Amino acid sequence: MSACTDEDPRLHGIRTKIRVVPNFPKSGIMFQDITTLLLDPKAFKDTIDLFVERYKGKNISVVAGIEARGFIFGPPIALAIGAKFVPLRKPKKLPGKVISQEYILEYGRDCLEMHVGAVESGERALVVDDLIATGGTLCAAMDLLERVGAEVVECACVIELPELKGRERLNGKPLYVLVEYLDD
Amino acid sequence: MFASENGLKGDPRLQAITKAITVVPHFPKKGIMFQDITTLLLDHKAFKDTIDIFVDRYRDMHISVVAGIEARGFLFGPSIALGIGAKFVPLRKPRKLPGEVFSEKYSLEYGTDCLELHVDAVQPGERAIVIDDLVATGGTLSAGVKLLERAHAEVVECACVIGVPDVKGQCRLIGKPLYVLVEPRQVDKCF
Repeated sequence: MSACTDEDPRLHGIRTKIRVVPNFPKSGIMFQDITTLLLDPKAFKDTIDLFVERYKGKNISVVAGIEARGFIFGPPIALAIGAKFVPLRKPKKLPGKVISQEYILEYGRDCLEMHVGAVESGERALVVDDLIATGGTLCAAMDLLERVGAEVVECACVIELPELKGRERLNGKPLYVLVEYLDD
Repeated sequence: MFASENGLKGDPRLQAITKAITVVPHFPKKGIMFQDITTLLLDHKAFKDTIDIFVDRYRDMHISVVAGIEARGFLFGPSIALGIGAKFVPLRKPRKLPGEVFSEKYSLEYGTDCLELHVDAVQPGERAIVIDDLVATGGTLSAGVKLLERAHAEVVECACVIGVPDVKGQCRLIGKPLYVLVEPRQVDKCF
């Protein structure tokens, strides 16, 4: 599901604040730069509010955010809905005992880690990132949470690149995004 | 300066924040007592109190920029920015920011590292604070201050959740006031 279909008036402001940078980090990629959204306090607040309105009162006790841009959106959401925030990090950043989940990139592999004990079995969790492309990173994040017995209620992203079909990769898990980017 | 010296002496929130931090000995290498704030983030009340203390301090200081240092500064900075109505500006490792950037090198124990800021993120004359989870040598915060000053912002203060007791030393290095909530957590037992 996407917020676009409801056309909340706040979405226009959010959509126009995202800067598209062509050919970054390499040729052919239209990079979705959310830093310009963060420069507009109202648009940034609206972004958080849209997620908070959706998830408040749904008994969600965990917001897991993917390093690094998931760290920008996840904590404000967690604080507003009364949940804990759990960072999902690149290898060797978390100091305690971790579980790791590998995932495939276009060329090669990467890995996400979560602290053991951060999330308990039966907890209801959200996964937050700035953007979903192929869905590989979000899948790894969901795997980590499900391996410790948490229930992933939904994945939440500011932006979706529908042409990369990440939504299908999520194995039926619901995905909520605020804006879609379609390459003209 | 420490929050306890600046109006928050005996504030029970500070004790709870300290208790919520975990010490991990010998990480990332032997001799370092790593201050792990991820357990603070698991304690909703203590995390909220952390943000509230910073928001209360900066709300009326006409700050329009909260700059956070990648990555743990991202955990605190955006919530503070939202709380005071300021913009959030990420200070990032090299080649992460897609637009034109200022780059500032700084020294590590062995070698150098680099922080970057988008050149159009900050306007001249804007009043800014720099946020990170912890200040040790002050090298990273210094680089953050220099980046903002190259964009002609006025850095009002640096703020961290944790700071070593020799705060005056860090003030000298960074050249700006430094506001810290708590001292590093000591390990209760040694293994």
